[in-house]
Amino acid sequence: MTLLNSGPAPARDLSTGSGAPRRRPASPSHRGDGPLAWVLIAPALIGFLVFAVYPTLRGIYLSFTEFRVLTPPKWIGFANFQELAGDPVFWNSLRVTVYFVVVAVGLTVIAAVTTAAVLHRLTSSTVIRGLIILPFLISGVVAATVWSWMLDPQLGIVNAVVHAFGGDGVQFLTSREWAIPSIAFIHVWKNLGYTAIILFAGLQTIPPQVYEAGRIDGAGETRMFFSLTLPLLKPILALVLVLNVIGAFQVFDLVSVTTKGGPANASNVLQMYIYSKAFGQFDFGYASAMSLALFAILIAITFLQMRLLRANESEQA
Amino acid sequence: MRTRRLSPGRILAWIYLAVILVVTVFPFYWILRTALSDNYALLGNPSSLLPVDFTWGPFARVLGLASAEESIAEGGSGATLDLGRYLVNSIVYATASTFLIVLFSLLAAYAFARLHWRGRDLVFSLFLAALMVPGILTLLPNFVLVRDLGLLNTFAGMILPYGLFSAFNIFFLRQFMLGLSAETEEAALIDGAGRVRILFGITIPMTSGPITTLSILGFIGMWNDYFWPLLVTTDESVQPLTLALAVFKQSSPQSQPDWAGLMAATLVAALPMLLLFMVFGRRIVNSIGFTGLK
Repeated sequence: MTLLNSGPAPARDLSTGSGAPRRRPASPSHRGDGPLAWVLIAPALIGFLVFAVYPTLRGIYLSFTEFRVLTPPKWIGFANFQELAGDPVFWNSLRVTVYFVVVAVGLTVIAAVTTAAVLHRLTSSTVIRGLIILPFLISGVVAATVWSWMLDPQLGIVNAVVHAFGGDGVQFLTSREWAIPSIAFIHVWKNLGYTAIILFAGLQTIPPQVYEAGRIDGAGETRMFFSLTLPLLKPILALVLVLNVIGAFQVFDLVSVTTKGGPANASNVLQMYIYSKAFGQFDFGYASAMSLALFAILIAITFLQMRLLRANESEQA
Repeated sequence: MRTRRLSPGRILAWIYLAVILVVTVFPFYWILRTALSDNYALLGNPSSLLPVDFTWGPFARVLGLASAEESIAEGGSGATLDLGRYLVNSIVYATASTFLIVLFSLLAAYAFARLHWRGRDLVFSLFLAALMVPGILTLLPNFVLVRDLGLLNTFAGMILPYGLFSAFNIFFLRQFMLGLSAETEEAALIDGAGRVRILFGITIPMTSGPITTLSILGFIGMWNDYFWPLLVTTDESVQPLTLALAVFKQSSPQSQPDWAGLMAATLVAALPMLLLFMVFGRRIVNSIGFTGLK
């Protein structure tokens, strides 16, 4: 667990509090705690059991059923998964999703690290950091709508700029080859600032003496970035990377608003395909099986994250 | 560090930052510029940096203030859209969800941080496990559950599944409470105050910082939520703005969409977040850095 002390009051309270000696003889005042405790956690516990544990188990169960919502689910064993293995649309969706994740997360993280490092070395202006996170505040639907307009092949301002530089107009969201890169770009636009601010907070935990020592040893800014900043940032970078990957794997609203998965399935990401199977064709069993597959992928990534983070913790020690 | 001369590297870095800022902020200006333009005039002059044939028409169209004829005359589809109602729905949905999730997380966090009870560590580690498990698998079954409970197209159906339990909030608040000195509370206990009074009178006021942080981030998340409301609502009496905007966009004619109207709607949908940003900007920036924790 990493807690970034980015400066607001709570962080300071935390450090002073944990330094104080803890009093823990079960004082008589604790005797009647049990009933009250259960009352206090009751809402959260109900939410946890009814809307997290039960649906997770039910989701796994539904994956093994034929379920069309209006009639009760019927157990069909592994039939959904067999169908999945031979479903070209599913494999296409998986490929498209991975393509999206690689482009979107790759660009987000590279640009965010650069931005965080530049901010860290140049300015501590809260106004600039504020402006940079603006896109985080708006919904994916809003982002997708405004970029649909800016990327419009005929009237969009982006193509106007492309023309001004002598280029040919690009069919951003309406051609097979550009659909995913365009949506990935919108994703980067929306997530760059947020990611950069998290990394920036991580950078602020690096003591300035480290850089002074580097400068005395004659290292330039570029050298210090690669030899000091990046290695020290690695634990947070791993965390940010994996959270971004998990988020990007579940991309839906950008696709739903810009292309609806088209043209010809070129941007039919997994979440989109799951949605259309469940709510377009009411094939809930099959959609659940796909959710389970996506779930398994994300669990694997989370597991990888734990490994990465742990590896880094031992490195620091 | 700040007094050093401008080296070529630093100039390059400033240029990079300027480009990022322009790309980040320009779309917001473009929304405003397009929303104040006449939709027909836009066709002839799509890349003018200022509004083309300035008009409030697009806002009138999406706020249900224009008649069908007026709307068509200005390049609208003629379909009337009344974002006002969706705005109210979004406010109800985001406010109620945020209030409940923060309150219930506070109660649970207190039980984990301050009370001694059998099963505490077990329940806490189960909750922590939920932090690691992606929620993707719960979406479809939760839809089925909400449908079985007869809660489709109700605020309860929208709010309950994700308004009761948040592993992240509980963990975050518990960590904070553990860091607070327990002395004031112990003293109040000795003076005969009850646990509940201490929770609301002492602990919650001392936790106001993290409460604000979680409330702001929670409100932003709920306000922008799209997928879950899309699943459980079909009735415009409860649908939030995100859904209305998406439908408006998706049902625009392919040949000549009402871009001015769309941008006006986009601005209405984003405006509350932009206001929140103007009031709490610094706080939001710090919150994001502060919650870089999992």
